[in-house]
Amino acid sequence: MSWLTDPWHFTFMQHAFLAIILVGIICGAIGVFVILRGYSFLGDALSHAIFPGVVITFILGGNFLVGALIAAVIISTLIGVVSQSGRINNDTAIGVLFAGSFALGVALMSLQSGYVRDLNSFLFGSILGVSRDDLVITAIVGLVVLVGLAMFRREITLISFDRVFARSTGLNLWVFDQLFLLLLALAIVVSLQTVGNVLVLAMLVTPAASARMLTDNLRRMIALSSTIGALSGLVGLYISYYRGVPSGAAVVLTATAVFGMLFLFAPRNGVVTARVRQRIHYSHPEDDVRVVPDKPQA
Amino acid sequence: MSSLPPVLTCHNLAVHYDNRSALRDVNLEIKRGQITALLGPNGAGKSTLLKVLAGMIPPSHGAAKFEGEELSGPHANITYVPQRSDVDWTFPISVLECTLLGLAGSRSRWKPFSRHDKAVAMQALKDVRMDHLAQAQIDALSGGQQQRVFLARALLNNGDVLLLDEPFTGVDVPTQDMLVDLLTELKSRGTAIVYATHDLAQAARTADYAVLLNGDIVAEGSPHDIFQQDVLLRTFGGSVISVESLREVAAS
Repeated sequence: MSWLTDPWHFTFMQHAFLAIILVGIICGAIGVFVILRGYSFLGDALSHAIFPGVVITFILGGNFLVGALIAAVIISTLIGVVSQSGRINNDTAIGVLFAGSFALGVALMSLQSGYVRDLNSFLFGSILGVSRDDLVITAIVGLVVLVGLAMFRREITLISFDRVFARSTGLNLWVFDQLFLLLLALAIVVSLQTVGNVLVLAMLVTPAASARMLTDNLRRMIALSSTIGALSGLVGLYISYYRGVPSGAAVVLTATAVFGMLFLFAPRNGVVTARVRQRIHYSHPEDDVRVVPDKPQA
Repeated sequence: MSSLPPVLTCHNLAVHYDNRSALRDVNLEIKRGQITALLGPNGAGKSTLLKVLAGMIPPSHGAAKFEGEELSGPHANITYVPQRSDVDWTFPISVLECTLLGLAGSRSRWKPFSRHDKAVAMQALKDVRMDHLAQAQIDALSGGQQQRVFLARALLNNGDVLLLDEPFTGVDVPTQDMLVDLLTELKSRGTAIVYATHDLAQAARTADYAVLLNGDIVAEGSPHDIFQQDVLLRTFGGSVISVESLREVAAS
């Protein structure tokens, strides 16, 4: 079993493992709301839009997480402001700002020497370079995201589920949309170093999608999504360590494989499982009817 | 009843979206203990008027007032029940959780919902005969059951005014009957009820007061008085309606 413990002898691997577990938990939790609100595109866009912030801190020197955080706040506010105008819808606002700011980042980056190597580590992550400071920042920001989600769970649930009613109760949708965007941006920023810009979307969406295959209960879905995210990270890192596959790719492929398995074989909702159940219950088709019969009590 | 001052009023109300007028010259009084039906074809401004009354859309001209005070936003005593189609019914929550969301804004951020809150929600579900499905997922509900959950959620608020957007659309007959019973019960407790519909027969059976809307108010009064061929033609355009049978329904 020494293959399990071997990687842990290196400090950089210990940091890498802890970082990817944290990222799995954070992205898994907020990712549930990303998929329930149909915000995949927004998640992808935010991760790219943060790029110029990273480049500017790279040029000026300093921890890139700080620059990324500032960029994330600016971009999420801009998306809110542009889509508020009414004439341009949310999706378009996201598209315009995401491409524009990513281009700005590329332009800034190209002016630097060592352009290709650094761009590569930004796009695909450089998990082996996670420092102790990075870990502390990741843990603190992660805590902020999780506490924020817990504090505003009801409002976020309500605006995800029923915006019209939420507005009729006096809830300020704009404020809570912005708050959610900010939490999402924070989650993305701390994931950049481990999985990279291109693949962070998978950490948000894939474990949550896997959890959706397993449960109809929101709280359980969040717990499962975080667990699947963290475990995929762990397994992916081992694969990366022994096979020399880039860490981000290994982690995301693991998460994707988990989703593939569950999509086919999840106990109740898997495509194959459902077929098999249908076969078994063929003589009693009413057993499989999911609509609860309406029996008003006298 | 008629001596009581109206709970909601509209004065020269108009709503424009960009350059399009959705509502104009609306003057209306909503009374306690009365069921008011807003009737009109699609695009007549029924939903818009309900949202103005709920404080969700600021009027472009004029004002809506609750107990004499101009509405500047949603009001704690006015409860709004959206159309069922406004919602993602595949969302992974149970009937009870969905009902409890009616209290989302008014409870401690840190604690789970109290035993008392849950008991109140269960009572509301009982009132709409959905308590046996409290633990079911909302994606397993029929249209009628969805409408009942919406109503239970609204009941938690216990407001003076209940505004419902198309509550009778696409629901089964038992739910329609239950809705009528419940609205009548609320009415007898003094709640003012306003609902939008395009079902004339339903309004004739249920409402005390009908408002025929098509951009502006075409007619208002008791269903029996205003459901007449020429008025309905002006409201709905050229569709053929058997007015006599409607008036019989209203009279019965």
